[in-house]
Amino acid sequence: MKLLFKGIDEPGLNTLEVYQRQGGYQALRKALAMQRGEVLHELDLSGLRGRGGAGFQMSKKASFLPKGAMDKYLVCNADESEPGTFKDRELMQKNPHGLIEGMIIAAYVAGVNRSFIFIRGEYELQADILDAAVEEARAAGYLGDAILGSDHDLTMVVHRGAGAYICGEETALLDSLEGKRGNPRLKPPFPANQGLYQGPTLVNNVETLATVPHIVSMGGAEYAKLGTEASTGTKIVSVSGCVQRPGNYEIELGVPAREIICGLAGGPPEGRAIKAWFPGGSSSPVLTADDLDLAYDFETMAKAGSMLGSGSVIVVDDSISIVDVALKTAKFYRHESCGKCTPCREGTNWTVKMLERIDAGDATPMDLELMASVQEQIIGNCLCVLGDSMAMPIGSMVKKFRGEFEAHIEAARAVHV
Amino acid sequence: MSAAGEPGGDGQAAGRIRRFQHGSRVPGWDRASDLSKDPAEVPDLATTAVPDELRAQIEAAMARYPDRHSAVIPALTAAQRHHGWCSPEAIDQVAAVMRLTPAYCVSIATFYDMLYTEPVGKHDVYVCTNISCSMLGADALLERLLELTAGDSDFNVRAFECLGACDIGPMASVDGVYVGPLELDDAQLLTEDVKAGRAVLEEKQLARRPVADEEARAS
Repeated sequence: MKLLFKGIDEPGLNTLEVYQRQGGYQALRKALAMQRGEVLHELDLSGLRGRGGAGFQMSKKASFLPKGAMDKYLVCNADESEPGTFKDRELMQKNPHGLIEGMIIAAYVAGVNRSFIFIRGEYELQADILDAAVEEARAAGYLGDAILGSDHDLTMVVHRGAGAYICGEETALLDSLEGKRGNPRLKPPFPANQGLYQGPTLVNNVETLATVPHIVSMGGAEYAKLGTEASTGTKIVSVSGCVQRPGNYEIELGVPAREIICGLAGGPPEGRAIKAWFPGGSSSPVLTADDLDLAYDFETMAKAGSMLGSGSVIVVDDSISIVDVALKTAKFYRHESCGKCTPCREGTNWTVKMLERIDAGDATPMDLELMASVQEQIIGNCLCVLGDSMAMPIGSMVKKFRGEFEAHIEAARAVHV
Repeated sequence: MSAAGEPGGDGQAAGRIRRFQHGSRVPGWDRASDLSKDPAEVPDLATTAVPDELRAQIEAAMARYPDRHSAVIPALTAAQRHHGWCSPEAIDQVAAVMRLTPAYCVSIATFYDMLYTEPVGKHDVYVCTNISCSMLGADALLERLLELTAGDSDFNVRAFECLGACDIGPMASVDGVYVGPLELDDAQLLTEDVKAGRAVLEEKQLARRPVADEEARAS
C-alpha cells in the first residue's frame, strides 16, 4: 500500500500542474468544505502519530492549541538531521505540494494563519524546490487570504537553517526561527501554549503533515485500518549502512523488521551477517540479529527497549567494530550538543574521551562501568533529549556487546604495551 | 558549534595561546568581530558601506517575518555568499541593516556549522562522516579529498555530520549539490569538476536518483 510514495517518481510531480493532475489539492477542497472540528475528528480517528521521532498523536497536539482569534503559528519541522534519516528529503524534493497541502489543512484545523517550513540549510535543492512550489501555490490561490473562497487565510515562509542538529528539537527550532542561537527551552510552557513569538504553535514533522491530505481523502477510519491498532498507517523507513539496497521504503507499520532489512533493502553484503541495527536513527538503543523478527511499530520497538524514532534503520554488519560505531555516535552528539546543560555538554565530551581511551589502549574493563554511569547521569537531567540520545544507544551498546568492548580493551592494551 | 581543530574552529594566529584544548564546543566566544570597535553598539547605516544587492537581500529577508530578528540567519548567509565568510566587515553590514549589535550577529554566526567566522576556501565540500557513511568508507574519502586539495584556497573540504543522504553513502555535498555513492577515485574527478566550473559528477547527483522503493516506482 503506497500513500506518500504513490507515483513519487512521476516526472514533474514537484510542479503544481502534475500534482493537480494526480488529484492534488482535492483533499484541501474537501477539508475546507468541512467544519474544523470534523477534520480534526478524522485526524483523531486515523490515529496518526508524529513521524519525527516522539510518536505523539497528531490530532491531540493540534487540539492543544487554544481557540479564539490570536496570532497562532504552524511550523513544519524539516530540519531532518537525525543520523540515518533521509525520508523528508525525498518527500520534499519530489512532492513538495503534498507537504504544502497537508500544512494548509493542518493550519485550517488548528485555526492558524501563519506557517513556516524550517528546513535544514544543507538541503539547498529541496529548499529551492519548496520555494518554487510555495510560490506556485500562492499564485493559484491555495495560499494567501480567503483560500478557495473559504474564511481560511494562510501565509507560508520557507526558512533555511544553517547547520545544527539541535534545531530539530522543537523548542530549539523555535528559538532558531526567532533568530537566536538554537538552544532548547525549558518546558512547560509547551509550544502549543507559548511557542514561536510567544504565540501558540503547532510543530509537526514533514512526513506527518504530508500524510494529512491522504487521511482527509480516504477518511480517518479507513486510514486506521492500515498498520497495527496503536501504530496506524504507513511509514517511510530510511534504511542505510551495511545493506545492499539502501534507500527509502514505504511500509505498513507492524511488518517484521526482517522484511524491511533483509527483504526490501536486500540485507547485508554477501558473506556478512547483521551484528546490530538502530531501529530509529542513531538516538535509538541498538537491537541485535535476535530482534529481527519483531514487528516494526511504535509499541514493539518500545517494548524491546528501543524506539521507532524517525523510522531510520541503520544496519551494522559483523565486519564493523562496535567500538567504532560507539565512538562515531558519541562524537556526533559531542559536536551537536548546544552546551546549555552541563550533563549533556560534559557527558558527551567525556564519553568520547573514554571511548578514545579504549581505542588507545589506556582503558581497563572498569572504565566500562564508569562510562555506563556517565550515561545514567545524563538521562533525564537536561532540558532536551540530545544528551539522552547519546546515552541510550551508547548504554545499550556497552550492555549488549560488553564482550566485544572488553576484548577491544585487551587487544588495544596488548599493542600499547 | 564546530569543535577545536576543525575549520572555522581554531585558526588562532601563530604564537597565541591555543584555547579550549579540553574540548569545549564554544570557540570564539570571547573574540569580538573587530577588536577596534565596540561590539555592543549598532553600526550606523549612514557610515557603514553596504553593497546595494546585499542590502536588498537582507531587507527582503526581514520583510518575510513578523520579527526582524528571524532574518538573521538568511542575512548572514547572504553576507557570507557576498564576502566568502562572515568577516568583521560582513558582520557589521548585517548588523547595520538589521539594526542589531555585531556581538549578536557573531553569537549567531558562531553557533551554526555553515557560517564561518574565519576565512575558508571558495568551494564548500562537505564529506559526511557519520555512522552510515563512515561504515562505507567516508573517512578514507575525506582523507583523499584533503590530500588532493591541501593548500588550495579554492576548496573548503571538511568533515560534516549526517547530511541526510545515507542512501548514497559515502557522499559529499559540493556547494550544496549532493553526490554519491562515491568511490575513492571519484575524489579526483570531483576536484577537477569544481576547478573547471562544471556540474559535479553529474551521473552521481542525488537529484537524478529514483526512489529505492521498487513498488513505489511502479505505482
